[in-house]
Amino acid sequence: MQALFGQLLVGLINGSFYALLSLGLSIIFGLVNVVNFAHGAMYMTGAFFAWIGLSSLGIGYWPSLLLSPLAVGLLGVAVERTMLRRLYQLDNLYGLLFTFGLTLIVEGLFHHQYGNSGNSFPVPEALQGGSNLGFMYLPRYRAWVVLVSVAVCFASWFVIERTKLGAYLRAGTENPKLLQAFGVNVPLMMTLTFGFGVALAGFAGVMAAPIYQVTPSMGSGLIIVVFAVVVIGGMGSILGSIVTGIGLGLVEGLTKYLYPQAASTVVFAIMAVVLLIRPAGLFGREK
Amino acid sequence: MKRVASSLMMAALLSLPAAGRAADKISDGVVKIGVLTDMTGFYSDLSGPGSVLAVKMAVHDFGGKVLGKPIEVISADHQNKADIASTIARKWFDEDKVDVIMDLPNSGTAFAVMPVAAEKKKLTILSTAATTSITGDKCTAYNIHYTYNNWMLANGTGREVVKSGGNTWFFITADYVFGKSLEEDTANVVKAAGGKVLGYARHPQNSSDFSSYLLQAQASGAKVIGMANAGGDTINTIKQAKEFGITPKQTLAGLLVFISDIHSLGLETAKGMYLTTSFYWDYDDQTRAWSKKFQNHPDNAKKAMPTMTQAGLYSATMHYLQAIKAVGTDQAEPVIARMKAVPVNDFFARHGVIGPDGLHRHDAFLVQVKSPAESKYPWDYYKIIKKIPAAEAFPSVAAQGCPLAVKK
Repeated sequence: MQALFGQLLVGLINGSFYALLSLGLSIIFGLVNVVNFAHGAMYMTGAFFAWIGLSSLGIGYWPSLLLSPLAVGLLGVAVERTMLRRLYQLDNLYGLLFTFGLTLIVEGLFHHQYGNSGNSFPVPEALQGGSNLGFMYLPRYRAWVVLVSVAVCFASWFVIERTKLGAYLRAGTENPKLLQAFGVNVPLMMTLTFGFGVALAGFAGVMAAPIYQVTPSMGSGLIIVVFAVVVIGGMGSILGSIVTGIGLGLVEGLTKYLYPQAASTVVFAIMAVVLLIRPAGLFGREK
Repeated sequence: MKRVASSLMMAALLSLPAAGRAADKISDGVVKIGVLTDMTGFYSDLSGPGSVLAVKMAVHDFGGKVLGKPIEVISADHQNKADIASTIARKWFDEDKVDVIMDLPNSGTAFAVMPVAAEKKKLTILSTAATTSITGDKCTAYNIHYTYNNWMLANGTGREVVKSGGNTWFFITADYVFGKSLEEDTANVVKAAGGKVLGYARHPQNSSDFSSYLLQAQASGAKVIGMANAGGDTINTIKQAKEFGITPKQTLAGLLVFISDIHSLGLETAKGMYLTTSFYWDYDDQTRAWSKKFQNHPDNAKKAMPTMTQAGLYSATMHYLQAIKAVGTDQAEPVIARMKAVPVNDFFARHGVIGPDGLHRHDAFLVQVKSPAESKYPWDYYKIIKKIPAAEAFPSVAAQGCPLAVKK
């Protein structure tokens, strides 16, 4: 029983990462209508920026938490402005292929420069150590990850669902032409949304840096699962991403307790079932 | 002028038969070494481009020619996939006239290429693949397993750790042929030494989150957690074990750990861990001299010290080329017979002998990772706890049970 609680808590921690990443992916898909395959690469870039900041510039974890997502966001804005924008009028398969190519290039560059064993990013001093919960030892840093992820997810959901800015964003999702007719600068909004989405990925990368080894391939393993999360939750559904992200983390944790060998496939089995029963995803709407 | 011309002609005529003979002896007029390895994946830092460099260094130091014919080195990325590895191997043997395939990280690719080589009567010299049965029941007459195997890794670490009190074990194992074989070998050693195995958790290869497996290890109460995995999997296991407060309460035993892993983890995270290695750059003057040459080579962009598999490949290439020189041909059978007949003694291998099963038995080292305070200069990572003599470090020919080598 103790082991089960432990695994569920670990699942919750992983689920927070899934939620954070799939949230960005969902926001981008919802408004910009791009299936951003480069999301994993942006996550990795965020982690690398933090590590480069620490090792060569002496920038610690706390400033990195802000600076690194900002840098990744700007990178995203540049990509959107110079390249991605040209593909909007085409089928969104082109956007997917473009971002997939971008992923390979970015990963290749980091691999060339930093090799594949990766680099260690230490846990910040204030968050070292942990506490014994009786059924498991919870590292303080992991608790921090859960708290921050939930806070960021909630804040994003609040902005999109409950503010005027969010109302514009949602309107843009529904009918961009009409919104533009009301005098809203839709292209700018799309650029900023893409930037914000990838900045979220960069943020998740910084959060992950002290836990996982910072390697060029750290994003490519995760992105597949995150895509499954988005598909199960319903493409473009903000709430769906958050809830399914955390939910699937828990299911994965449960599988690791019952039959660890299946842990890497259980998410995809669920995805297949959901697609058969509800093709639009659990929280998605048929268009 | 006329006399000069005629004497030149004479010389040319005289040298013809000799040239003809050498051409026959060296197939296609070139000795071609193919390094088939993981150039970009999980094992690319511990083998990959460094493996290719080690082989090229050996060819260069040998003089670039053998029996008057050039030696060529080509390489390819098998992406850790068995089907890609065997496809490249077939093409290399059939079209590119490759004489020997070297390295082969990940046992899956080794098992895919070994039968192809045996069918074509060409050599394989494995350095990074580790599964014990490579020279056991799956042995071939055309294969040499040069640097280490699971049995060596398991024994060195397993036996010593049990002896020093670590008598209960839990395994975190990569869920494929290599990991399971390493786990099994180590479990046998632990049991034979009087220890107990309390359980295991198997994870898919290339996982990033190990916390749930570590929790199981923690719950088992085992004194020692054996990591039967490699590369990035091992790195993340060690890193997260520290995070969850598992070390130093429980001890980690690295079963296949490379110096490149320690370098990327940092000593603060890895300190105190025991592991077995067949090579350490800072062992004596010979190893230091070669390793510094490797580190400062212009093609070594990251200025990394050699791992044991890279050092092993240099030594293997030298031994292979010397065998060709001695027998006067690059045909596989006489060359492999010669390689098995002559002992290896160089900077890499001490008391090295390649057995009839193809396993290269040589001395190994049990080492402990230094703490940051103990490390005095860059790459000063290991304390040598014990030198393990070749006969103890590797399984006997009888124990390996290769059908080719065991007399009935």
